[in-house]
Amino acid sequence: MTTDLDSEQLLYMFRTMVTIREFEEAAGRMAEQARIPGAVHLYAGEEAVAVGVCSHLEATDTIASTHRGHGHCIAKGGDVKLMLAELLGKSSGYCRGKGGSMHIADLDLGILGANGIVGGGPPIAVGAAFAAQYQGTGGVSVCFSGDGSTNEGTWHESLNFAALFDLPAVFVIENNHWGEFTPQEKQGSITQLSDRAAAYGIPGFTVDGQDVLAVHQAAGEAVARARTGNGPTLLECDTYRFYNHTGRSEGDPRPEEERAAWRERDPLTILCGVLEERAILSGESADRITEEVQREIEEAITFAEEAPYPELSELLTDIYS
Amino acid sequence: MTTVTTEVTTDREISYREAINEAIHQEMTSDDSVFVAGIDLAKQGDVFGITQGVLTKFGPKRIMDTPISENAITGLAIGAATQGLRPVISLMFIDFIGVCFDQIINQMAKMKYMFGGKARLPLTVLVNAGAGTGMAAQHSQSLEALLCHIPGLKVVMPSTAYDAKGLMVTSMREDNPVFMIMHKRCSRLRGPVPEESYTVPLGSAAVVREGTDATIVATAYMVHEALAAAETLAGEGISVEVVDPRSLQPLDTETVLESVRKTHRVLTVHEAVEFGGIGGEINAQIAEHAFDHLDAPPMRIGAPFSPVPYSPVLEKEWVVNSDQIIEQTRRLVSG
Repeated sequence: MTTDLDSEQLLYMFRTMVTIREFEEAAGRMAEQARIPGAVHLYAGEEAVAVGVCSHLEATDTIASTHRGHGHCIAKGGDVKLMLAELLGKSSGYCRGKGGSMHIADLDLGILGANGIVGGGPPIAVGAAFAAQYQGTGGVSVCFSGDGSTNEGTWHESLNFAALFDLPAVFVIENNHWGEFTPQEKQGSITQLSDRAAAYGIPGFTVDGQDVLAVHQAAGEAVARARTGNGPTLLECDTYRFYNHTGRSEGDPRPEEERAAWRERDPLTILCGVLEERAILSGESADRITEEVQREIEEAITFAEEAPYPELSELLTDIYS
Repeated sequence: MTTVTTEVTTDREISYREAINEAIHQEMTSDDSVFVAGIDLAKQGDVFGITQGVLTKFGPKRIMDTPISENAITGLAIGAATQGLRPVISLMFIDFIGVCFDQIINQMAKMKYMFGGKARLPLTVLVNAGAGTGMAAQHSQSLEALLCHIPGLKVVMPSTAYDAKGLMVTSMREDNPVFMIMHKRCSRLRGPVPEESYTVPLGSAAVVREGTDATIVATAYMVHEALAAAETLAGEGISVEVVDPRSLQPLDTETVLESVRKTHRVLTVHEAVEFGGIGGEINAQIAEHAFDHLDAPPMRIGAPFSPVPYSPVLEKEWVVNSDQIIEQTRRLVSG
């Protein structure tokens, strides 16, 4: 795939994807060891989607995320220290320990929150898109949601609304082919979910969600369309989560052959191949980056584990402004 | 919390809905970040007339007619509020919160807390409640208790034109989500309303009639039924104090307790179904904090435990009225 990205940008994308992967490996491990109190929905395998899309966004652009939101947060510039502290329910966490994995948010970075409700984010993304249009900021609102959310009424209402008012929004479907423990084709009457764009009279595309360059290119067009006042785009990214619905737990209902086939299409390996081909990265330097990221994650774990829990008096703060 | 007895200093009379309309006009004039969105609000000026004249005065940027999409409308308000706007949305009938309850209870109400305090959601949701207009089970409910039960939401329910304007102004200036519940049978009621902008604080009840023998705590249209009952009871030598909480979340418990400590007897009245209604909460607080002052068990009146019926005879039977209040108050003071 050709790309206009320079080597610095490509390396940044690679490093961000590695950060997501290593963060999720650490989170999965810590959840298994019961060092994380709640459930974690891991993004490993889907890194190219978040990174490819967010590579076009400024801090003033916003994203609405999902229950599987760690990757979006990192790709939008989130701090892994504050994220891990939040996963541990510590007061140094993004939400002072009050939100946990499914509610990590950083409004200063335009991260309007992960969301524990499937289909909870799209209406909020509409509001952020409206605000950008109303205030004339040139900002774009990106809504990440899974294939499962496209069967929610809120998703439909939001696309219709955004299309009707030409709002500066991009709706990204991360089609990982499984909604919890049920395959997508058992949940929806169609399998190419970008076809739904026709119902709103907006452009819809499906891209290879394992290829960050393909995602980057398609997302670039969608973001530009939104930024220039030409309304929303529906972008389906064909992808797969490497782990089960929550954690890395056993009892994964997905066929072994299916999982193995998708493992062959690891987004990190694919990008690595491109970088090696262009002599931007050697196998050795890729390993070095991974080790650096692993150290960064280890430091974040130490930070999180040493951070204090919230004071009990915080139970009743932050309910109202 | 302080007791605020409404002080009106004007001879100008307008209706409850005109008062809310005036509040919207005045706040939109003073603050460009306010915008209004909902079904038939712009061109039609709202099916209840709440947004009459707003489109003409402020133009289509500030007030938008939306599709019939309660989730998108509610999310619009939440998302826009996170970006510094001050949305006012209408969901038309309070019954329609059922369509978008996730956006209300899981997103709007919890965002600030879940995010460790970082979100600020200055938004107002307009809804119309109440039976007695032949609109049947899905357009007549009083669902305020559902909303009051959710930490993160504020809920106001005015009964007079004066309070409607003052509470609307306060709600629009609040940095929290506020549900402004308008009662349909209050909407045409007229009363003195100063033309200049003013506020009625949230969490401040009004003693709307002073008395010594019993306290009636009533909400929305039931305030008027309670006042009518109090007038009749006065003729029988029973002196009734009527307290209108005006704001249910936060609730001005202190003003209610103060009244009960004086009269030693209390009856709560609301139009919502009695079981699980706000009256039970108010009576529980009285029992907790003023038990020693009570000369009789706290009483309450709400609607029977059924959906709102359509047939005029059944609906009349369903809606609480002043005769029931009179009868119950007589029992209360004789006990």
